[in-house]
Amino acid sequence: MPEQPPMTLFSMTTRAMQAQMVRMNAATSNLANAGSVSSTEAGAYRPIRAVFAVELDRASGLAGVTTTGLVRAETAATKRYDPGHPLADADGNVFEAPVDETAEMVEIMESARQYQNLVQALQTAKQLMLETLRSQ
Amino acid sequence: MNEGFFGIHGAALTLRSERMGVIASNIANAATPGYKARDIDFNAALDARMAALRGEPGDPRAGMVWRTPTMPSLDGNTVELSREQVAFAENAMAYSATLSFVQGRVNNITRALKGE
Repeated sequence: MPEQPPMTLFSMTTRAMQAQMVRMNAATSNLANAGSVSSTEAGAYRPIRAVFAVELDRASGLAGVTTTGLVRAETAATKRYDPGHPLADADGNVFEAPVDETAEMVEIMESARQYQNLVQALQTAKQLMLETLRSQ
Repeated sequence: MNEGFFGIHGAALTLRSERMGVIASNIANAATPGYKARDIDFNAALDARMAALRGEPGDPRAGMVWRTPTMPSLDGNTVELSREQVAFAENAMAYSATLSFVQGRVNNITRALKGE
């Protein structure tokens, strides 16, 4: 493993913002796939979620965030009887993606809020650092 | 030397900067499952720093505390964003105040050196 440079307030916030971006993108993908149908139960879209983990830097005592991966939810696809649908199987059923639009919207809102919070904190920290630098 | 020149403010400024990092870590980990929010007890940590400057043995990690959540969440995360925001703002203010004390000290010395 290559030697990581020591974590600063800036690199920590960058990683946290990247993690929030991944989370927001995952929720947006879920929303985009809401209502998509498939002819088999296994082929239906399953919502994805980002998994966060702490990344502690012992030298500086800062704790950043990393995305350790994306997981698919184990929710069962919604079976709907629709014999007229072109994708319907032999019994006339289609399988709809089990996306909860409300939950996804809340996820995006929460993520956006936390992103905003990070930006705000970084701005304040940067301003204080500049003040310290400029003082003679 | 550090203690003699800037008094308590030199140690206080470093400590304020460290506390800013700790609170920013909490804000960054607001959505990480199982993350336990930390903070620095400023008084205890400053006492330990001053003791270390005087050459007394002390724990460099003194003053590190865990946050006690008002309402524990299901995923084990103890970050409460509102509290972190307030703590961050308070810490930023105190940093500014300490910085102006340090600046004043430097100005005094400069004036004395120039003989104005």
